[in-house]
Amino acid sequence: MSISNQQNQQELPARAAPQFQPLMPPLKPEQRKRGRGGYAISQSLISAIEALRANKLRSLLTSLGIIIGVAAVIMMVATSEGNAATINGRLSTLNPNQLNIRGGSANTGGVRQGAGTQQILTQSDADDLATQIPGIAAVSPTVNVNGQVIYQNQNWSTSIQGVYPDYQQVGSWQMQEGNFFTSADEQSNASVAVLGQTVVDNLFTAQGIDPLGRQIRIGNSTFTVVGVLATKGANGATNADDTIFIPFSTAKNRLGGNQRALAITVLVSQGQNVTDVQANIQQFLQGRHDPTEFTIQNQGQLLQTVQTASESLTILLISVAAISLIVGGIGIMNIMLVSVTERTREIGIRIALGAYPRDVMAQFLIEALILSALGGIVGILLGVLGAFISSIATAQPLVLDPLAILLSFAFAAIVGIVFGFYPAQRAARMDPINALRTE
Amino acid sequence: MMTPQVQENQTETKPRIQIRGMDKYYTMGTNVVPALRGLNLEVKHGEFVAIMGPSGSGKSTFMNILGCLDKPSHGEYVLDGVSVGQMSNTELADVRNQKIGFIFQSFNLLRWMTAQANVELPLVYAGISKEERQERARRALALVNLGPRAGHRPMELSGGQQQRVAIARALVTSPSLILADEPTGNLDSHTSQEIMRIMQELNARGMTVILVTHEQDIANHCKRKVVFRDGRVVDDQINEQPLSARAQLSADTKAEQVQP
Repeated sequence: MSISNQQNQQELPARAAPQFQPLMPPLKPEQRKRGRGGYAISQSLISAIEALRANKLRSLLTSLGIIIGVAAVIMMVATSEGNAATINGRLSTLNPNQLNIRGGSANTGGVRQGAGTQQILTQSDADDLATQIPGIAAVSPTVNVNGQVIYQNQNWSTSIQGVYPDYQQVGSWQMQEGNFFTSADEQSNASVAVLGQTVVDNLFTAQGIDPLGRQIRIGNSTFTVVGVLATKGANGATNADDTIFIPFSTAKNRLGGNQRALAITVLVSQGQNVTDVQANIQQFLQGRHDPTEFTIQNQGQLLQTVQTASESLTILLISVAAISLIVGGIGIMNIMLVSVTERTREIGIRIALGAYPRDVMAQFLIEALILSALGGIVGILLGVLGAFISSIATAQPLVLDPLAILLSFAFAAIVGIVFGFYPAQRAARMDPINALRTE
Repeated sequence: MMTPQVQENQTETKPRIQIRGMDKYYTMGTNVVPALRGLNLEVKHGEFVAIMGPSGSGKSTFMNILGCLDKPSHGEYVLDGVSVGQMSNTELADVRNQKIGFIFQSFNLLRWMTAQANVELPLVYAGISKEERQERARRALALVNLGPRAGHRPMELSGGQQQRVAIARALVTSPSLILADEPTGNLDSHTSQEIMRIMQELNARGMTVILVTHEQDIANHCKRKVVFRDGRVVDDQINEQPLSARAQLSADTKAEQVQP
């Protein structure tokens, strides 16, 4: 139905034009859904995708800033959380309710010998703390008599600690087999020992012998093994499992423990304020000793210090990654400005055909959003892959935080919108006459 | 002979376009450059007007204001009984979309879109449903004899074909007014005749067309000639016997057939 064909059928004088049927049926107002439907938005989406496809390499390079930023956020969060998981695993042997009281350093002819070597604290200090300070669940004096342990033809050098039976509770030790020694053992200087896993491994496991009830030699004394402790796990330089517990009285009287400085370990009751109890103990001991001669160590504080350090590391890493995301956003702004300038004529055509400024704005905002969102998705994939590889390389657990992934994606999208806004606004405010004149 | 048709056709139809006392100044640094000075013009329904004049005479400025791409400094512009001279940008966008079809010298098609998509574009901004859009765009392309080329991109079309796509895009919204700015400026004479034939037929089918040209031959196809100089109308004549592009084209065809 071309015009020429139709004209053949109805050749009428031009003067009578008003009587003609219109070439195209007029659009009825109810057909126009302008401003209501998503037509312009979907059109903006299509033209945005078309424009990005026309400039594949440039789009990729533009997104690269966002890709690297998002990948960096995810990798860094995963790495620092994996790190934190490892540290927390190592610190799980620390009990925030535990207080360690040690004497000051001994001074032998001007030679100082390190913390806890001065014989300040006494067994009665420990016993009195238990009865006179409220909020204490258990107290044990500890004396360390390092020495060589021998079973048949095997021997092992380890830390031999004389403690009260309550120490099982203080140190929250679980038994793998047998029992911890009892108050009766403590009162009777009994020659009984509870072994840590590392000691068992070195003296018995190789020969396939159950240590329970066996006789071991420590120095010149013979001890009967009454229990084996469940493992707490190696803790870097210090190994909690490499230890033997014997009754305090036995250590003191048979292994020369009375020549050595003793420490006191206190377990604060659940629900008590550890700091308050610590202050009470400090005050109580100051009545007996010079305050410079003993220190009270709070394991909860140690735990907190390490966790704070790990948190500030995480914050540092995330801010570095956030900066790279912002740099990526500036890259998007730069390219969008170039794109707006290059497509001045297209913008002019769209405005001439009746696009609202907000239609033009939407088109360029959507383009920026697609660039940053695609960059975000690729960045997530790369970041997860990188976190996986680094967790293998550093032998740390792979911890992927879905919140971090979601947040970095949302942040990337927001960066796209924020940095796409100015170029889009510039496009929307373009003067159509100049725009159409541009070559 | 100023606006002779006004009295003649007053009873028949209300003027489609009324321009009264229109001034337009451009400020360039400290200089104020007048482009239009007290312009008056009326164009009625169904007219086919050629606007001529030397460069700098204000005809481009005038077309921009007619096309609602620019606003006059002073004066009144009434289109279809609605004063559009001082509308907001959004209202002007609606007027461009609903009442005006543009045809440009350089076609101004979007290069990565098919002919069909280019023709649909004004309907997209009008918020017309997809089915209706496709149907109307197919019809408009068929009207300019480009139905089979609907899926081609501008680069795959000749200049004349591209201009026909642009014409289809201009008429797809069924506008009151077609504004053509040197539509044949980039085309050879044969293709120009083709375009003029379509323009004449659009006019014959009831569309008001205003066309800017500097070629006397093109202006001779129009039913009225208005000449601009220094921002004013200096001549306004009815062309009693406009040339028929259709007749010329068939004469050309006969001449070609005779030659061998």
